[in-house]
Amino acid sequence: MTTTEPTPTTDAAPESVSGAEIVFDRVTKSYSSQGRPAVDSLSLTIPAGQIVMFVGPSGCGKTTSLKMINRLHEPTSGTITINGKDVRGQDPDDLRRQVGYVIQGGSLFPHMTVAQNIGLVPGLLRWDKQRIAERVEELLDLVGLDPVRYRDRFPRELSGGQQQRVGVARGLAADPPVILMDEPFGAVDPITRQRLQDELMSIQSELKKTIVCVTHDIDEAIKLGDRILILQEHAQIAQYDTPEAILSAPANEFVEDFVGSGSALKALSLTRVEEVELTEWTTATVGEPVGPVLERARAARQKSVVVLDQRRRPVDWVNIKALTGETVPAPVDEARDLHQIDHRATLNDALDTMLVSAYAGVIVTGRRDQYVGVATFEAVTALITARNEAARQAQEDADEQ
Amino acid sequence: MLEFVLDRAPDLAYRSFQHVSLVVQCVALATVVAVAAALLVTTVPRLKPVANFISSVGLTVPSLALLGLMLPVVGIGTLPSVAVVTFYAALPILRNAVVGLEGVSANLLESARGMGMNPLLTFLRVQLPMAWPVILAGLRVSTQMSMGVAAIAAYALGPGLGGWIFTGLAQIGGQNAVNYALTATIAIVVLALLLDLLLRLLGRFTISRGISA
Repeated sequence: MTTTEPTPTTDAAPESVSGAEIVFDRVTKSYSSQGRPAVDSLSLTIPAGQIVMFVGPSGCGKTTSLKMINRLHEPTSGTITINGKDVRGQDPDDLRRQVGYVIQGGSLFPHMTVAQNIGLVPGLLRWDKQRIAERVEELLDLVGLDPVRYRDRFPRELSGGQQQRVGVARGLAADPPVILMDEPFGAVDPITRQRLQDELMSIQSELKKTIVCVTHDIDEAIKLGDRILILQEHAQIAQYDTPEAILSAPANEFVEDFVGSGSALKALSLTRVEEVELTEWTTATVGEPVGPVLERARAARQKSVVVLDQRRRPVDWVNIKALTGETVPAPVDEARDLHQIDHRATLNDALDTMLVSAYAGVIVTGRRDQYVGVATFEAVTALITARNEAARQAQEDADEQ
Repeated sequence: MLEFVLDRAPDLAYRSFQHVSLVVQCVALATVVAVAAALLVTTVPRLKPVANFISSVGLTVPSLALLGLMLPVVGIGTLPSVAVVTFYAALPILRNAVVGLEGVSANLLESARGMGMNPLLTFLRVQLPMAWPVILAGLRVSTQMSMGVAAIAAYALGPGLGGWIFTGLAQIGGQNAVNYALTATIAIVVLALLLDLLLRLLGRFTISRGISA
């Protein structure tokens, strides 16, 4: 089973989709006249507003295929269209200004400030200064960096994760319908990578771009992708399907090997924290009098409270015994890891984070890092048990037939 | 000696101005030529050995010999001075510019192209600013060296303080011989240090804080 045409999605594309459909039609790229081409007659439809992950072993042509979309590589034959327009009919520079491009480590220009990096493409498109400044502010906010603190910094004054966030913001700057990403989170540590992935999914749920992302990491593909394209040598499609279908019904031995063992564990990456029944936790705002907070916590029979800032972003999680002052204090150590995850994070990530949390639970945040609730260990395991039960039931039903 | 200097203050000032003006203009010209050559070398890798050969062998040619070789072609006066000073000034800048431009990672260049910058914009807004600290270092070396070369170029009746040095050498044993040579030499050293200071200031204003050491 080699699916090249995507199965139609059940819900019709919502109006908010700002992405564009990309179609590869028998695209071939050869580097020399001899031998088989690096990309051999690739045909593929990437639906508007979805994240499609290109995965495969190194040298399979996934990066070449990606770079043919913005013409960093030119196909030898075949056509690629974005929203029905042949990319080769457009000036390459004009085309590239309308297609976001994010590569490993963010690839920020070290001699430009964060604001200059993000404002680069809008500048090329001759937006006026005021509009660029506003856009930079908006994007920094979107990727979770305080504009006032970060816009005038240089890349070397940022951590790897922050650089990557700026890289994503730069890719989004001119509001392009299509964004290409080449191993975007390859250069950061696993915990930061998980955060960045969650944030990307949050951003995507707001913006609905068409995102094409190359990765060698099948777990990343399963987590982020609406669809996954698994490529073999010469960019031959091994399977192009949803993560669920690839995990439950790998098309052939190659896909099976590539996905690897532990697919039950990997399936945890398919369930999002937002599906977990969240517990209402007692919250307090920084600066609020302590008395009523303690009353609320006691009424809820909880021994700790989640402290939020003025914009409802969690900043601390404290034991009520620690609330001895008049008002709820701001956290002492700002850099402390708060064990919070995005509502789009996977169960896998949630369990991971819980293992190091002091409260057998994890704070879940929604849009723009705002507090949503707390996912407790019990709630997560209950969901997994329910899922397993349903799967076993389905298996039994299938066996009976 | 103080009396000697005071007597000739207007001439000294004029020659100092000529000397600095010659060096500044030649180094400016050399910078443009060298950076353009370096850009060519970094885009056509086959030219790199040629550039390296010229910049290392070029510096071993004695400046007086080169001046002598040029006289039949360009005559005497200002023109041979300009030619010789520019030639030597270009060499350290060329070498540094090649190193600087090569130091800009291919990843960043592709990123620039991928964002829709054409080759000229990529050069002006990414390559040049990133290579600038290294190019400027070459420019400083080049300026120091050119101050000395310009003095020798005065042998062919060129402008500047070199004239006084040769006057002094011509009247060795004479009353003011040492005064002429010494005054000119000290003036050249002082002016060279001043120029270096100015170039360091230039660096402070033109090198992005994001890449300065």
